Amino acid sequence: MTPGATTTDGRGGGGSRAAATPAPSPAPAPAPARPRRRAGRSAPYLFVLPALLLFAAFKLYPIAWSFLLGLHRTVGGTETFVGADNYVRLADDPLFWTALRNTGVILAVQVPLMLALATGLAVALDSTLLRGRPVFRLGFFLPMVTGLVAYGIVFSVLLNEEYGLVNWLFGLVGVDPVPWLTEGMWARISLGLALTWHYTGYNAVILLARLQTIPAELYDAAAVDGAGALNAFRHVTLPGLRPALLLTTVLSTIGTLQLFDEPYVLTGGGPDNATLTIGVYLYRNAFTYFDFGYASAIAYALTVLVGVLGLIQFRLLGEKS
Amino acid sequence: MTTRHPGRSIMLTSGLAIALAAVAVPFYWLAVGATHSSQEIFDSPPPLLPGGHLAENLASLRETADFGRVVLNSLGIATVYTLLAGAVCTLAGYGFATYRFRGREALFGLLMLGLVVPAQITLVPLFKLMAELHWLNTYQAVIAPNLALPFGIFLMRQSMAALPQELLDSGRMDGCGEFRLFLRVALPPMRPALAALALFLFLYQWNDFIWPLIVLRDSATFTIPVALASLQGLDETDYGAILAGTAIAAVPMAVVFLALQRHFVSGLLAGAVKE
Repeated sequence: MTPGATTTDGRGGGGSRAAATPAPSPAPAPAPARPRRRAGRSAPYLFVLPALLLFAAFKLYPIAWSFLLGLHRTVGGTETFVGADNYVRLADDPLFWTALRNTGVILAVQVPLMLALATGLAVALDSTLLRGRPVFRLGFFLPMVTGLVAYGIVFSVLLNEEYGLVNWLFGLVGVDPVPWLTEGMWARISLGLALTWHYTGYNAVILLARLQTIPAELYDAAAVDGAGALNAFRHVTLPGLRPALLLTTVLSTIGTLQLFDEPYVLTGGGPDNATLTIGVYLYRNAFTYFDFGYASAIAYALTVLVGVLGLIQFRLLGEKS
Repeated sequence: MTTRHPGRSIMLTSGLAIALAAVAVPFYWLAVGATHSSQEIFDSPPPLLPGGHLAENLASLRETADFGRVVLNSLGIATVYTLLAGAVCTLAGYGFATYRFRGREALFGLLMLGLVVPAQITLVPLFKLMAELHWLNTYQAVIAPNLALPFGIFLMRQSMAALPQELLDSGRMDGCGEFRLFLRVALPPMRPALAALALFLFLYQWNDFIWPLIVLRDSATFTIPVALASLQGLDETDYGAILAGTAIAAVPMAVVFLALQRHFVSGLLAGAVKE
């Protein structure tokens, strides 16, 4: 991950030369090297300082504060220390488990399907048999540009049970109207469809970039060995894609665990909490009930989950690459 | 290995064309829906061609949501955010990519932690922080917390790593100070990467929803996504107006993206895959 390290290696002792800055140097003429050298050493820190300060103020500090909040109960704006109570409550909270289960279902069904689709799409987009490749690459990437709220609204109208375009089309071929957003299972499917629409092309582009780094000789060798298209895919393409598959899997997992915008706009977490995600539940507790302590506990539980799943995925997919 | 297969080529191309058409349906339908009245949108059969109600929908948007103001809010916030975050991320990316200094890996690792830690964990404390600063309902409350965007820093570090060290050293020999070196020598060849970063940052801020939703409670400060979501919650939702607003949010971005996509995709991929 550090091509940067290799370029800077070449610098060696060049550091002292780094400071030809006309810094106000009180030092007498015979020994100008010292203050200059010091100015040169502080330069890198000055470049990264704004980012670090902002990061400390708006990320690290809130992360620590969130942990403390999670140990308090908020009632009517006042906070009392309650230790691990929020976490105990969390373990017994059926809605939290519902949210967890819903997120788990998306993770187990939508993510693998989408990544398989993205892999197929990437291979197709890479194929020399395909005409007009740039147009296709662009077209499939375009949904990523639309905001989550915007496409959530469009999908909610398209999937309207009585008046939506999709059910109207279904009606033309004699299929009964589907309760896309009003019945639990279908609401989950709708959410999955919207997510797939939005992210498949993006994942395909990441996979495609990796695909293009696989040397053609490997395919030639496979062909010489008599491998068909399927075997070439299994033994050349998939292993070559491994790092990009790891990346897309981890990114999709993190995104899914934090899912908020789509369920919030598309279904509001309903019907009957069928699309309630941890993100929506957290938001509800924090900014509808103003139970900041409990919301913070949910946030920490979510973080632990992201960490554990991320580690597992790195173990499973990462070891051979 | 590519022998000619005209039949397979046509099959693959037309298969993908059908898939792409399916992907394009929401876009097409958004453009159609934005030009119809709420009533027409829910007609049976639903409208399939553009109608004549766009101006009416826009007028209704201006009335119910002060949408002109909302668009200006979004434009202003996204522009200022792009400039500031772009500066922060570029400076940091340059620092991490071209210098060797004590704690470099540790500090960079710390920043990258921001990619993995769920954003939700900071929502409540950040909201309280903004309240204490009396920043609720202000533009800076939207802009400030995400200026040091880990992904932007990552992207810039990856791109800046490609700068030849000899170029920087020769600048130093010519007596160029470190900051001027950055501005005059390092930045010019980075133009494509900077364009990608700017587009990414603008899109990110333009589409961001949950954080503006939390800190902007006064409708005069709303951004487009927040205003649209608030309209959707109304009892009598004017879907024609909402879809017109949605098109305003989506279509310009798509056009800008199409114009700059070469930089954007290659810039993002430079960050995404070279790990």
